[in-house]
Amino acid sequence: MGLLDRHVRFVAALRAAGLPVSVAEGLDAARAAGVVDLAARETLREAYAATLVKRAAHRPAFDTLFDLWFPPVVGASQAADGMDLDHAEVPELRERLAGLLMAGAATAGDPEFAAFARAMVERFGRQPAAAGRQAWFSYPVLRALSPGTLMAGMLRDVLAGQERGGAAEKVARRRLEDALAAFEEAVAADVRRRIAEESGIEKIARSAVRPPPEQVDFLRAAKADLAALRREVHPLARRLATRLTVKHKTGRRGRLDFRRTVRASLATGGVPLTTHTRPRRPHKPELVVLCDASDSVAAFSQFTLLLTYALREQFAKVRAFAFVDTVDEITRFFAPGADVADAVTRMTREADISRFGRSDYGHAFERFAGRYGEAVGPKTSLLILGDARTNHRPPALATVRDLAERARHAYWLNPEPRAQWDTGDSVASAYGGVVEMVECRNVAQLAAFIEDL
Amino acid sequence: MGSWFASPADARERLGAAGYLAGDGVATPVFLAAALEKPLLVEGPAGVGKTQLAKAVAEVCGAELIRLQCYEGLDEARALYEWNYKKQLLRIQATGDQGWEETQQDIFGEEFLLERPLLRAIRRDAPAVLLIDEVDKADVEVEGLLLEILSDYQVTIPELGTITAVRRPYVVLTSNATRELSEALKRRCLYLHLGYPTPERERDIVLAQVPGIEAALAERLAGTVAVLRALELKKSPSIAETVDWARTLVALGRAELDEATTAGTLGVVLKHASDQARAAKELGLPTA
Repeated sequence: MGLLDRHVRFVAALRAAGLPVSVAEGLDAARAAGVVDLAARETLREAYAATLVKRAAHRPAFDTLFDLWFPPVVGASQAADGMDLDHAEVPELRERLAGLLMAGAATAGDPEFAAFARAMVERFGRQPAAAGRQAWFSYPVLRALSPGTLMAGMLRDVLAGQERGGAAEKVARRRLEDALAAFEEAVAADVRRRIAEESGIEKIARSAVRPPPEQVDFLRAAKADLAALRREVHPLARRLATRLTVKHKTGRRGRLDFRRTVRASLATGGVPLTTHTRPRRPHKPELVVLCDASDSVAAFSQFTLLLTYALREQFAKVRAFAFVDTVDEITRFFAPGADVADAVTRMTREADISRFGRSDYGHAFERFAGRYGEAVGPKTSLLILGDARTNHRPPALATVRDLAERARHAYWLNPEPRAQWDTGDSVASAYGGVVEMVECRNVAQLAAFIEDL
Repeated sequence: MGSWFASPADARERLGAAGYLAGDGVATPVFLAAALEKPLLVEGPAGVGKTQLAKAVAEVCGAELIRLQCYEGLDEARALYEWNYKKQLLRIQATGDQGWEETQQDIFGEEFLLERPLLRAIRRDAPAVLLIDEVDKADVEVEGLLLEILSDYQVTIPELGTITAVRRPYVVLTSNATRELSEALKRRCLYLHLGYPTPERERDIVLAQVPGIEAALAERLAGTVAVLRALELKKSPSIAETVDWARTLVALGRAELDEATTAGTLGVVLKHASDQARAAKELGLPTA
């Protein structure tokens, strides 16, 4: 494969993995590759990254694909001190691994560390497959070396006599855990490289890359994804706050500020060349968030609570309500400065949102209108978050319509794909008829919703 | 441009000599921005050295740093150019009987033009680093204004015509990512995400910035800060705060970071009460 061909197919693979790479950016990357030293692989990687990756969240996917398309040149698997990695006993290898991890070789990008990982894959990762082919796996490598069990010994060595259990141990443990994760990643990367050599890059590329966080489905988000989502949500809440404010700032200028205008005119001989105006009083949007906290949308409600928390910090007046089959105000748990994880646990323990544990939108809305109806007024933006699955209970459409009409804006964000609306017990269209309903399955769609406001 | 950097390694070395420790990930985009004559968009959390990077580039290349600080409501008059009304008015009053044509030609000349950072960066014939700071704080319209300047290095002033850069400035844009920048702007820029450094690099930064600190203490500090950053705090400590912390400890004459010292000085790096409580719990510190 020529360099140009490799470049073109690499860019195509990035696009296939969900990275928005334009034609112009592809050209920039090619130009960048022309001015750096192609033999220095890390420089080439950074040159490609600078031209092709425009969001930090896309970087892991980029790195995985780069390793596949521009694999490292593999040298002999001989350690620096002459240790024979192919035949050494397992305890020796474990000792070597512990040494490398403690020296911080993993995070510092030490070539010896990479060579060690490669040698271990070579030795333990091979599994015979059909007809003269071989398969590669990282699991047997990690089983053979079981790096996790090295922790206790390494901690003892690193701390070397300092007292245990305190801050010093936390710090050391953290460093070693990072190093361990780096080892596991190095093994996985080398396994991917070998699979790519065996059966073609495109084949492995499709399964090796996880979707970028802004396209992760809220309803299917795994625990690791949630942490990434959390980082994406905060700036979005700030944007939502600005969007709702800016919308009412139509026309930059307010009333003429006579005093300032006259004072400024002194400098120009009494001719009022520049007029000064009083800044408009900024519109303080009030937000009422109603979110479904039932189990069917557990991952989504995790996210909505994060959003609520982030919004709470941005808006002067936010009132948040959560419901399952009855509703309670949860604003108090999300006071500015509160810890979000604490707030969520306290909320699930203390808030009165569930009687039978199955969502009942109708009852929840009736209760809301009855107990907190006064929260929604002509200055309020009403945001409802939920999948509109009522468990076949009456939906209380009239109440929702009444709430929506009283509010300045009302939006409903639904985490289900549009194709599944109205299937089963979903009454999405019925609610959609009274409140504007938007499909909001991932951060990308949430961002688009905010942009369109 | 020529005079900027010869290679990524050169960029790393020269930045390092000026006290800015850059890895491959930083040095390569910095080199490319000059080699490809493209603006460099630097994104990342507050306090990781985005603005500092622009300053360091200006310093090591002997270029003037021209800074445009963005804020909400920034407009063309503040960013690009403005006519000096007062002077124009004086000119009109001073030449009572001159004809309209002549006066008009007079008052829209160089003499009455007030250049703002963007125009200044374009018209300068000596090397310049144009720093457009916190571009995410500016309104969307400003991005539109930047597009012409950043892609063609030229601006159009109705009375004077199009002004093209004599010598292209080295442009650095910084953003805290509070707002998503437009695709059009991102497409024109090289992108560099400056994240928190590895503990090893942070130790080196502390050693370089704080004279008289013990290596062991710097290492321990960097490790502790790494643990704090993993805690999902409201405001993670930045590099600047790590350095502050190191300075604090040196000033207090502490050679070691034990639990009591950490608890006593935690306020230097964590600025929210809830963050401090959380860190104290996680690190097992005695509560004050």
